[in-house]
Amino acid sequence: MIIKINTPIAQHIINDLNSGDYVELTGTIYTARDQAHKKLTDAILANKSLPVPVNSVLYYAGPSPARPGEVIGSCGPTTSARMDQFTPLLVENGFKVCIGKGLRNKNVLKAIKKNKGLYLSAFGGCGALYHNKILKAECIAYKDLLSEAIFKLYVENFPAVVAIDSKGNDIFTKEPL
Amino acid sequence: MRNISTTVITEKVSDLVKVTALYLRPDIMDFFKNAIIKEKDENAKKNLLKLIENAVTAQDKKVPYCQDTGFEIIFCEIGQEVHITDGSLDAAIQEGIKKGSKDGFLRQSIVEDPIIRKNTATNTPGIINYSIVEGDKIKFSCIAKGFGCENKGQVSMLNPTASINDIKDFVLKVIKEAGPNACPPFFIGIGLGGTMDKACELAKKALLEPVGKHNKKKHLATLEKEILTEANNLNTGPLGLGGNLSCIDIKIKEYACHIAGLPVAVNIGCHAVRTKTIVI
Ligand code: SF4
Repeated sequence: MIIKINTPIAQHIINDLNSGDYVELTGTIYTARDQAHKKLTDAILANKSLPVPVNSVLYYAGPSPARPGEVIGSCGPTTSARMDQFTPLLVENGFKVCIGKGLRNKNVLKAIKKNKGLYLSAFGGCGALYHNKILKAECIAYKDLLSEAIFKLYVENFPAVVAIDSKGNDIFTKEPL
Repeated sequence: MRNISTTVITEKVSDLVKVTALYLRPDIMDFFKNAIIKEKDENAKKNLLKLIENAVTAQDKKVPYCQDTGFEIIFCEIGQEVHITDGSLDAAIQEGIKKGSKDGFLRQSIVEDPIIRKNTATNTPGIINYSIVEGDKIKFSCIAKGFGCENKGQVSMLNPTASINDIKDFVLKVIKEAGPNACPPFFIGIGLGGTMDKACELAKKALLEPVGKHNKKKHLATLEKEILTEANNLNTGPLGLGGNLSCIDIKIKEYACHIAGLPVAVNIGCHAVRTKTIVI
């Protein structure tokens, strides 16, 4: 069964989702990968304003360029583990739902559990499939970073799997890999 | 002597780069179609279907199969009877990478310095490996190597007295550690022997081999098959979500060895391992 959800995701919906659920998201999400995470972290630590509204869903992705007439190029998830060092601080500061691919470390798991957040694993390597689910894209910050900039995306029926739920269950560590 | 102009080389490399990075390899597509019939786990079946849907969308919309269109790696085998005209071969290949990346709307993933990290905005430089062979042709093999999987490669300098099981243990450890992060099912390249750098080169080159073709040496073909079986028992599964398809194939390339060592390099190719070869 596929659970349809809208962003920003209401707290009672977050609470009801379980690790292993297949979901499809509709609404606005923001891309942020390595360098954007570093910059967001620096801004939070320096008490500066952020280019992304608090409570937004962060998507670890760096799209390929759009062909003329297209909204975006290929836009699948990148490896979440590289964001682990930044995620707990971002979760504590309101970014408690994130989407990437693969494993997270214990600190991320703890932060998500404590703040009743969510980590979704998107289908790694399926950038063309995600291209079809993105209806609008706008670069809103760090343009000089090219694909690593922050893009505001409007997505429809964006597929993912709940990897870490708000109770702290992790799909990847449930059984030995 | 056969003259080949750098203008021709740039054009050919440009086309090669563009096509390689966009689509799933046909032999891997066929493999997925067969695998989905055999797969018993319902979730794994569903996840495999996503890979096929992705490959079909990439074809239909000319949008890259994966957004990480990779570091462009070119293996260039030059026949010794070829004479390159009209300038530098190296510059012509780099220009081809630049043009192919632009025309194919590939992602610009290369930064010019590992510390300063400013994007070159051209997807160059690529990595070019040259070798001189007999004949009057040039063979270009391109690997568009994404970094989610490249980051998970490892090398181990085993003792010369290491057993087959020691080699297997190391390779399986690397595959297990790559886990869900490197976009399984994997296409694994293994380099055995030579020096540390030679083993790594062999492991990378092994990714060019087609699915189902085994090493000519019987004992290495057996090792490939045994590693494949054991890797598929790790329950990594497509996209790391479980199931018994963790690896598409295992390819070993070997070279002579020093009496004091046994280098083993493992290059993890993701399900989006994108390679193509042309001859001019
Ligand atoms: S590991 Fe491969 S499939 Fe996954 S994001 Fe990187 S290039 Fe794409």
